[in-house]
Amino acid sequence: MFTATELNIRNQKIERRVKLLFLLMTILLVIPVILILGVLVYEGGPLISVDFLLTDPKDGMTAGGIFPALVGTIWLVIVALLVSVPIGVAAALYLSEYARDNWLTRVINLAIINLAGVPSIVHALFGVGAFVLFFGFGTSILAASLTLAVMTLPVVIVSTREALQAVPQAFREACWNMGATRWQTIRHVVLPNSVSGILTGVILEVSRTAGETAPIMFTGAAFFLPFLPQTVLDQTMAMSLHLFVVSTQVPGVPEQLPFSVALVLIAIVLTMNSISIAFRIYLRGKKKW
Amino acid sequence: MVGATESPNQATKLEVRDLSIYYGDQPALQNINLTVREHEIFGIIGPANSGKTSFLRVLNRMEMFVPSMKVKGQILFGGRDISKWRNVYALRRLIGVVFPLPVGLPLSIYDNVSLSPRLAGIRKRADLDIIVEKCLRRAALWDEVKDRLNSLGSLLSGGQQQRLTIARALSQNPQLLLLDEFSIAVDPVTTMRIEDVLKELKKEITIILVTNLVQQARRLADRTAFFLSGRCVEIGETEQMFSGKTEDPQTQAYLEGRFG
Repeated sequence: MFTATELNIRNQKIERRVKLLFLLMTILLVIPVILILGVLVYEGGPLISVDFLLTDPKDGMTAGGIFPALVGTIWLVIVALLVSVPIGVAAALYLSEYARDNWLTRVINLAIINLAGVPSIVHALFGVGAFVLFFGFGTSILAASLTLAVMTLPVVIVSTREALQAVPQAFREACWNMGATRWQTIRHVVLPNSVSGILTGVILEVSRTAGETAPIMFTGAAFFLPFLPQTVLDQTMAMSLHLFVVSTQVPGVPEQLPFSVALVLIAIVLTMNSISIAFRIYLRGKKKW
Repeated sequence: MVGATESPNQATKLEVRDLSIYYGDQPALQNINLTVREHEIFGIIGPANSGKTSFLRVLNRMEMFVPSMKVKGQILFGGRDISKWRNVYALRRLIGVVFPLPVGLPLSIYDNVSLSPRLAGIRKRADLDIIVEKCLRRAALWDEVKDRLNSLGSLLSGGQQQRLTIARALSQNPQLLLLDEFSIAVDPVTTMRIEDVLKELKKEITIILVTNLVQQARRLADRTAFFLSGRCVEIGETEQMFSGKTEDPQTQAYLEGRFG
């Protein structure tokens, strides 16, 4: 007959406690998310309507909708993506598939990590210096999006590289043995099997770009513009800055308005994330190994 | 050290002269001299860590993907020094490789076999169809997969995947086929089928067979080399070796399963 020893019993107790502790921590993590969403929906929900989304702000931004800010954010995100995705994916392909492990690669990796750690306000000042002044884009969508692109590049590179490295090395070896060049291997085997991961990273980056305020404040986002941008060299309103403005800069804003703006902003981000998750699930279902 | 019966009428496919392989400063293989003849199955046996896989790896210059790997000596493939091939991709196309664990690329069965011809510039669907069928037939897989060529290669069973890998290697139209312990993940019945395939293939191409199974070498190889701790102990006619006429007592001991 087997009887549990002192030690067995103690281990079992510890096991239960540890599990409980981790569970509590996980619940703790969920609470703020639920609270934030709950407050936003409760306070800001009633104000949201199609009109709110599709009309201009009125009466010194104390009334009306958010249309120019919504459109501006879409502009900023798309232009930023057009810049950061090609550069980021190409850099990640180089680092993951071509670069040898030498001092240069290590320096580049270190630079990427550091770039990711730079506070966004520093990126903003860099953007002012480089894009607004030096390149002469002025305060414009182009300057703001380039600033956002520089800021999010490390995220794109790191997430893309992780997606690439999730493709088993044996596939590459098999291709190389067949006489395939590195590019042929990338095109036929590596990229098709990492595209889900890469896109996931890109979409997560979109949500981050949409929410950033500091980098666009001085480079292209306007306090208030009653018209929509026509080209990338125009200034624009943006959701994140608009939220900041109606919360702190303008007197006489109705109490619910900032909540509504925040709710729309969060809704954009969550929608993006949901698409990303759905996409990931879809592609994982098609996973081929 | 070199096998006793060098028949002059059989052309040399591969000649290895004073080959040494290092990982950093650590030698993996030292002073290998051997020749592989056209249309023979050349067996390499030996315990783990004796340098067999490293040997195969340098034959199609895959060592360039391992930064620490260094190669000394000369390898002549069809009389040409492989280190002087301008286009290593062309060299690799002439040498098919089959790994210990089957690597079904995450593509359809059809694409697994047609990828290599496509990379070589064959575009017409009809031409590819012919190649795919021919290679799958030669690998004894056609009958099992002909109705589902578009399903994923990686969903096949282990033994089928290994035959798919062989079909893929054949799709390169290679002159030399390197097999690295192909039967490790394959059931005995499939192993026998693949062995029959190899005997057939021998008529057209040259095969180097690295194996852990001494009896497999006996069944298939015309000549066999015994590698031990990075050295080539002995090369000889397989039949002679297995009938007890080994030059080195270590070979005899290994064949009898007394170590390794």
